[in-house]
Amino acid sequence: MKKNRTLIIALALIGILSIYDLSLGLQSITSATSQFITMLKIVPPIFLLIGLLDVWVPRETMIKIMGEKSGIVGILIAFVFGTLAAGPLVGAFPLAMVMLKKGARYANVLFFLMIWASAKLPILFYQVTTLGLKFTVVSNITLIIVYLIGSFAVEKLFTKDEMIEIYDRAKEYSK
Amino acid sequence: MDISSLIMYVLAIILLIISFIKDRSKTKKAIKKGWMAFKKIVPVLVPLFLIVGIVLTVVTPDMIGSLLGEQSGFIGVLIGLVTGSIAFMPPFVTYPLGVELLDKGAGYPQVAALVTTLMAVGLVYWSAETKFFGTKSTILRNGLAFIASITVALVIWGVM
Repeated sequence: MKKNRTLIIALALIGILSIYDLSLGLQSITSATSQFITMLKIVPPIFLLIGLLDVWVPRETMIKIMGEKSGIVGILIAFVFGTLAAGPLVGAFPLAMVMLKKGARYANVLFFLMIWASAKLPILFYQVTTLGLKFTVVSNITLIIVYLIGSFAVEKLFTKDEMIEIYDRAKEYSK
Repeated sequence: MDISSLIMYVLAIILLIISFIKDRSKTKKAIKKGWMAFKKIVPVLVPLFLIVGIVLTVVTPDMIGSLLGEQSGFIGVLIGLVTGSIAFMPPFVTYPLGVELLDKGAGYPQVAALVTTLMAVGLVYWSAETKFFGTKSTILRNGLAFIASITVALVIWGVM
């Protein structure tokens, strides 16, 4: 039951919306479907890359490039992975799980997720053409600095056991 | 399809071919693993997109415009932060909306608050994110994104 809680809540909300105004209910289903289809067009290469990463990159390599002692290299790789990405943030979650499973440092993975959410290259170009160069440069430099400091600060807020639990989840996700 | 998705497709196909030439059985395993990862995300995605659909229907760009349009000042920044955190919008809708809001008289800090939270604070992703990383990690990631958005709004306020 708990597993489907969100589904039940979503369906109930659509039900309420439909009672209030049937066309709104239908509209929410239509827009959900079209978002889902857009997503399906974007994700196949992401999952292909996840599979290839899992099979071809040995754990030792991932630990070396993104692990505990990877330092500035780990941060740069997280940054490059994040900026080159395409698709919504939810597509980054499974990729982050495989990184964690292979021994990447949590702070680096978190930084990768934040960059994926805000500073993907195609999105940045689009931001320049709409909101202007100054706005784009100022806002993204600020974001990158806060995300970088924040990722390492957030990591410190976890106890050792909680960290182990996150890594166990990652192993469980992709066996 | 936009250029970034196209690049991802090309990259994935090239790597797949290289992988296939080097080791067939490993490639088969990779495809299987990718498929398994996808299969695990689908049950999470269906409710997620229903929520997205509801949010897109209820919270329209017009509504956000009327909330932020003529407003300015600190309250406007707060409204931007809160709406951006709750709402969901693809970036190709978000930025033109930002431009429209600027035309309607909203300031850059208010628009910054809205667009940065729309990108990085994902309350619609809540159930998916907690399933992957757990509750604490989800709260902290969204908290970090929120703090970053406040910082951006303040910096933009200072320099623009």
